[in-house]
Amino acid sequence: MSRHTPLNEAHRRLGGRMVDFVGWDMPVQYTSVIAEHEAVRTAVGLFDVSHMGEIEFTGPGALDAANKLITNDLSRCADGQAVYAGLLNDQGGFVDDVVAYRFSPERILIVVNASNKDKDFAWMRSRAEGVKPVDRSDDYAQIAVQGPKVSGLVQRLTPVEVSRIGTYRFAEGPVAGVQCIISRTGYTGEDGFELYCAPGDAEKLWDALLKEGQRDGVKPCGLGARDSLRTEMKYALYGNDIDDQHTPLEAGLGWICKLDKAGGFIGRDVLVKQKAEGVKRKLVGFELTGSGIPRHGYPILKEGQRVGEVTSGTMGPSVKKPIGIGFVPAELAAEGSTFDVEIRGRPVSAVVVKTPFWKKS
Amino acid sequence: MAGNIPQNLKYTKEHEWARIEGNRVVVGVTQHAQEALGDVVYVELPKVGSTVSAGKQFGVIESTKAVSDLFAPLSGKVVKVNEALTNNPQTVNSDPYGAGWIIELEPSDSKELAGLMDATAYGNLLKNA
Repeated sequence: MSRHTPLNEAHRRLGGRMVDFVGWDMPVQYTSVIAEHEAVRTAVGLFDVSHMGEIEFTGPGALDAANKLITNDLSRCADGQAVYAGLLNDQGGFVDDVVAYRFSPERILIVVNASNKDKDFAWMRSRAEGVKPVDRSDDYAQIAVQGPKVSGLVQRLTPVEVSRIGTYRFAEGPVAGVQCIISRTGYTGEDGFELYCAPGDAEKLWDALLKEGQRDGVKPCGLGARDSLRTEMKYALYGNDIDDQHTPLEAGLGWICKLDKAGGFIGRDVLVKQKAEGVKRKLVGFELTGSGIPRHGYPILKEGQRVGEVTSGTMGPSVKKPIGIGFVPAELAAEGSTFDVEIRGRPVSAVVVKTPFWKKS
Repeated sequence: MAGNIPQNLKYTKEHEWARIEGNRVVVGVTQHAQEALGDVVYVELPKVGSTVSAGKQFGVIESTKAVSDLFAPLSGKVVKVNEALTNNPQTVNSDPYGAGWIIELEPSDSKELAGLMDATAYGNLLKNA
């Protein structure tokens, strides 16, 4: 029996096609993945992401305890700022990728993938020093509002001046009369907000966004569009592109690892060594030049030999090309490098391209 | 959900349709199939001249999220494929019984026709699914 978010009934009323996603009953689409994807690129889309987990550190020492667990550096953030970060194991592999919110040095909220929440929480409980984290996942619903028309829409529903919330910054205030954390973050490559509220208020907020967004062309969007949008940005999806066997340096996420931060972090020493020696494999973005669509798990071949694997792939609805992400040997990672993707036993040529695949014109 | 099930076609439990035109049979996927697939973004067609077997895979259809096999309703030789789907695969969604046809066959065993469902039987299959 899948778990339900507070918006489950709303999804069903909207005709959402429900599927099990890591134990949650979630809409994969309402009408069409491509139409929902396009709404986010050209207007605005709403996503229920209430299945994600929230783990909180509070009290004196909260910042230091959380900071030691993640690769990015909350001590360099202002209050009201968030960072994307890795949560690593002792071998430098990803336990998860997370967004950490600094409300104050005494309150840090770490938002984690639904698929990893229990594992992450157990990991953080076992490794946190000083302050022990609390699982607050049942206290938050989350709605992502994404697309070029988002700021107008959200502004019409809140007295908070949203133009003053910069990228990866957040504020707290009412939206449609619902108390929210208003975070300028997202997973689509478009301007957007992620709104966190109490589960009991989620439907009121969702309905208000849908109603007020009518004039902007708002669409409710499912997991299908969420995946194609993030793939066009080469944003990693845990379990597909990154996992406990791969480090941030291999995944091209060195920028989220502050190797020099005071106090270090779990996995740091492995990364320092890996950085000095150079990584042997890299996560690249590629386009197929032959015909087909790359998919997770397809082999990557060079001269007939298996040298890597596709981690994500789709027909990019905005880029209108078959695109993929995959791990390849470092010598095949440069832009313009060529290899084959094995699709149903047949090698199909591919070329490494600059990412993100999608760039706003 | 049953959608549109034309009376003049034959159907398979794999949600393909077959339209008999003299000694040829045109094959596509049903309205129900295209809805279940979602946005079709790629169709891998067999070669003209190749042979297919009833109930066996003859091609692949991919939506944004999923890869699905296409199964031949009848055995025979492929005499035409819908090349237009290469550039416009979404035609399968917009017109599954018309411009979204997939292949044309020359059946090798007319007895196999008896194994296909008529519109009523297919409608019942969908109702009971």
